[in-house]
Amino acid sequence: MLGVGAFRTRNRPSRSEVLPVPIGQMTWTLTDHQGRLVRPSDWAGRPVMVFFGFTWCPDVCPTTLSDISLWLEELGADANRLIVALISVDPERDTPDVLADYVSNFDPRIMGLTGPADEVAQAAADFRATYRRVAKDAGDYTMDHTAGVFLFHPDGRLASIIDFHEDRRFAVPKIRRTLS
Amino acid sequence: MKHFLLATALVLSAPAAMACETVTIGDLTVEHAWSKVTIGAGRPGVFYVEIKNTGTSDDALVGIATPAAGMPMLHETVVQDGIASMPHAMSIPVPAGQSVQLAPGGYHGMLMGLTTALKEGDSFPVTLSFEKAGEVTVNVVVLSLRAEGPDCADAGQ
Ligand SMILES: [Cu+2]
Repeated sequence: MLGVGAFRTRNRPSRSEVLPVPIGQMTWTLTDHQGRLVRPSDWAGRPVMVFFGFTWCPDVCPTTLSDISLWLEELGADANRLIVALISVDPERDTPDVLADYVSNFDPRIMGLTGPADEVAQAAADFRATYRRVAKDAGDYTMDHTAGVFLFHPDGRLASIIDFHEDRRFAVPKIRRTLS
Repeated sequence: MKHFLLATALVLSAPAAMACETVTIGDLTVEHAWSKVTIGAGRPGVFYVEIKNTGTSDDALVGIATPAAGMPMLHETVVQDGIASMPHAMSIPVPAGQSVQLAPGGYHGMLMGLTTALKEGDSFPVTLSFEKAGEVTVNVVVLSLRAEGPDCADAGQ
């Protein structure tokens, strides 16, 4: 059931109807905030928590990162094996250096990922995430993007999705289920 | 010596006290005004505040202005089908007898075109324009990117 998304076409009806493919079936290659290449195979055997965002986002992204930092603190050393990644949907502005600056404000276990536009698009397709550029005045722009936090078991299967407005008390038990 | 200690304490607690300051205009009470640190001046800042309407007629927040940003705007974070967007809010209702929060994940002031990067502990004024009550200026304190709001004894968070 969880693998169903992998065999769908890209002309999907809506995001809520499809789920991310297992990590082992993903094909993106991104660069972390320290400049190292990261591939899905690097995460084999580890529980994973991923969300999409961008550093120019003043409200949703810092709020999500603050929540995640609190969850990680609550989980303590239990969460040390958890891969936690913010994938930028704005690679044009979010270089590894920019991401390094940004993630340094939050729990040190959170990594930033960015890359060429087509690799970010591939990651979004693998996670069944959506993003779109919205023009503002004077050539400026913002991004609409999937706001949920994706959780995967160590074997790469999707465990659950933490919705943006979900009560944060439910998040820590959800994460804990991926750690055992 | 006593005076010196007192003066030091006042300086250190100034930002927090400022966020806990309450300003009133007519039947509206405006408090807990805060913002978050920005990385550089290129990225937009954010503005959060709490407005209480103790009167019997509805009002609405229709705009904000500040010397800290060239293009301040009211926004609302909306999550629909799992996708977050931030449409411009033309007017934020402040109904009679109710309170409204500009808070993370909902309504917020978006401070585009910052004149300078916002650093923790800085403060700057924001003038709120209400449809009926008119204009009122509050001092906004800049908290860390991880902050969830000012630590006031009476804060509603
Ligand atoms: Cu906004």
